[in-house]
Amino acid sequence: MKKFFAAVLAMVMAVSMFSAALAEDAIIIGISGPLTGPYAMYGQGVVNGAQIAIDEINALGGLQFALVYEDDEGDPEKAVNAYNNMLDKGAAMMASTVTSGACAAVAAKAYEDRVFMLTPSASSPTVTEGRDNVFQICFTDPGQGAASAQYIVDHKLATKVAVIYNNGQDYSTGIYQTFDAKAKELGLEIVSVTTFSSDDNADFTVQLGDAKAAGAELVFLPIYYTPASMVLQQAKSMNYAPTFFGVDGMDGILDIEGFDTTLAEGVYLLTAYSADAEDEKTQNFVAKYQQNYGGVPIQFAADAYDAIYALYEACKVAGVTPEIANADEGFAEVCEMLIPVMPTLTIEGITGTMSWIATGEVTKTPTAVVIQNGVYTGVK
Amino acid sequence: MISFLSHLVNGISLGSVYAIIALGYSMVYGIAKMLNFAHGDVIMVGAYISFCATQYWGMSPLMSVLVAMLVCTVLGVIIERLAYKPLRQASSLAVLITAIGMSYFLQNSAQLIWGANTKSFPSVVEIPTLSLFEGQLLISGETILTVLANIVIMIALTLFTGKTKMGRAMRAVSEDKGAAELMGINVNGTISLTFAIGSALAAVAGVLLCSAYPALMPTTGSMPGIKAFTAAVFGGIGSIPGALIGGLLLGIIEILGKAYVSTELGDAFVFAVLIVVLLVKPTGLLGKKVHEKV
Repeated sequence: MKKFFAAVLAMVMAVSMFSAALAEDAIIIGISGPLTGPYAMYGQGVVNGAQIAIDEINALGGLQFALVYEDDEGDPEKAVNAYNNMLDKGAAMMASTVTSGACAAVAAKAYEDRVFMLTPSASSPTVTEGRDNVFQICFTDPGQGAASAQYIVDHKLATKVAVIYNNGQDYSTGIYQTFDAKAKELGLEIVSVTTFSSDDNADFTVQLGDAKAAGAELVFLPIYYTPASMVLQQAKSMNYAPTFFGVDGMDGILDIEGFDTTLAEGVYLLTAYSADAEDEKTQNFVAKYQQNYGGVPIQFAADAYDAIYALYEACKVAGVTPEIANADEGFAEVCEMLIPVMPTLTIEGITGTMSWIATGEVTKTPTAVVIQNGVYTGVK
Repeated sequence: MISFLSHLVNGISLGSVYAIIALGYSMVYGIAKMLNFAHGDVIMVGAYISFCATQYWGMSPLMSVLVAMLVCTVLGVIIERLAYKPLRQASSLAVLITAIGMSYFLQNSAQLIWGANTKSFPSVVEIPTLSLFEGQLLISGETILTVLANIVIMIALTLFTGKTKMGRAMRAVSEDKGAAELMGINVNGTISLTFAIGSALAAVAGVLLCSAYPALMPTTGSMPGIKAFTAAVFGGIGSIPGALIGGLLLGIIEILGKAYVSTELGDAFVFAVLIVVLLVKPTGLLGKKVHEKV
């Protein structure tokens, strides 16, 4: 038994020496996200997207970056553990975390520790609120809710809408609240509001029945793709065919294995990124993603790709070097260097042209795609 | 009126899924006197096997169900041998914790094998949707089949435990292990058989669950497993007709609660019902009170 422990100890030491060696010449970026569990598709997309960006940047030969990542299952407690692990592994800044609830927990910790965070996809305003060290790549939830209402009215998609949201989730509730406020302001009539409390929920017949009975022409679904796939399937078996309108959490629905994509035909999706965009950057990213990981990258992957480039630009402008980043507690100095730089940047990313305000929110234009023949199609 | 009927049908549809899971739970508890918390996860494994059989191995839906039943039966017996049998003499708490551990083990193994991403389960049911009142009331083929499967399984299990020699052996083991052993009954073999049957039922339940609610992931079995456990306790754990009635009532209560009170409190209703039933009738609706003879 003693021998076994000695061997384990030796291995641990070897690994820690290795990570120390890795730390010498590169700035280490940490990412934690759900790599397993019901939101795994988001976390995996983020890690893959970030890795592509890091490989591209390192190939340029200037500042070098390395990635450390941890699985947090989208759980706040596990995310804080993951965050501590990544700091131990020498992370100097975080392009993390992926989900809102987990991110708010980590951000509170990072604010005290003075660690710079740029989250690709945690969209709740609670993530950045009152913290100068946290910035977002994606829209905030209020941004998405209001933009969805605006989009529905501008494009005359419906006059009577229903909402089904997950009231056990910051993300979903946050979007619903601003959607509701904006809809009232624009005179969009919300005829049915129903909820569910967990993404394990399987039965949506009551919620859909209520929307159908109220005569909703459009059902707004500010929810994640797993429950959304159930909603679409059950709506079909009820012979109810309104227009469905989702936000970024719906992204990924077409990649569910075995999912009948005809169910999602005509579904609208508010997103800042579309994989079939014709610009060179997006096409390069999509091609690399397909080559390395298979499948079409979802918005989360694109957000992460942009996050890494934003960190790269910020490091260049602020003059962050691997020496500073890898000094003892170097993350605190890096944080103070990056904070004043972020609001001055303008990044041309694949999720749009981004700039930031000092509170951490991003400014970019939302667009929508509609699913046609099983692929996202840009709406003119 | 139509909307009430339609909620009722949805309730029966959900409840019949709970019932079919509860049947397996209740049977294993009735005979082996242990709560097999891994039952919900055996269901998940059954659904994955059926998914693989139809999607990757090109089998017909019916064949896929048979393969899933076979795999789950073997899995159930192995679980019993490895995890529960060595604890036959241990306290019931130790067995309970082992069952919970097994549940997590199965979930994480499934995640390793099949990945964490949700899969959309193609329905194996080919019965068309029944449309009543000019299409205002729809009863899906999945619901019809699940209710029928419940009735068939309930009758078969009742006959099996009541009329056959092995069934009688099961009841004997359930009443008194020690005495049954003295009478020449192979207690370990009987308990293994119970797990084999329970796990085969779990495979059927998994396929029907995912046909009705098609999101398949490693945690698919856990919430329905807990609800079905509630249903089994509600109906009287150990009682086979009790599991069926408990499951159906639970589904109906959940849907009607959501429809007429609040969609937020669907799950709260389910567990509130459990508490009330246990306060009023601690043995459940059809549970028998056993008097200890001194």
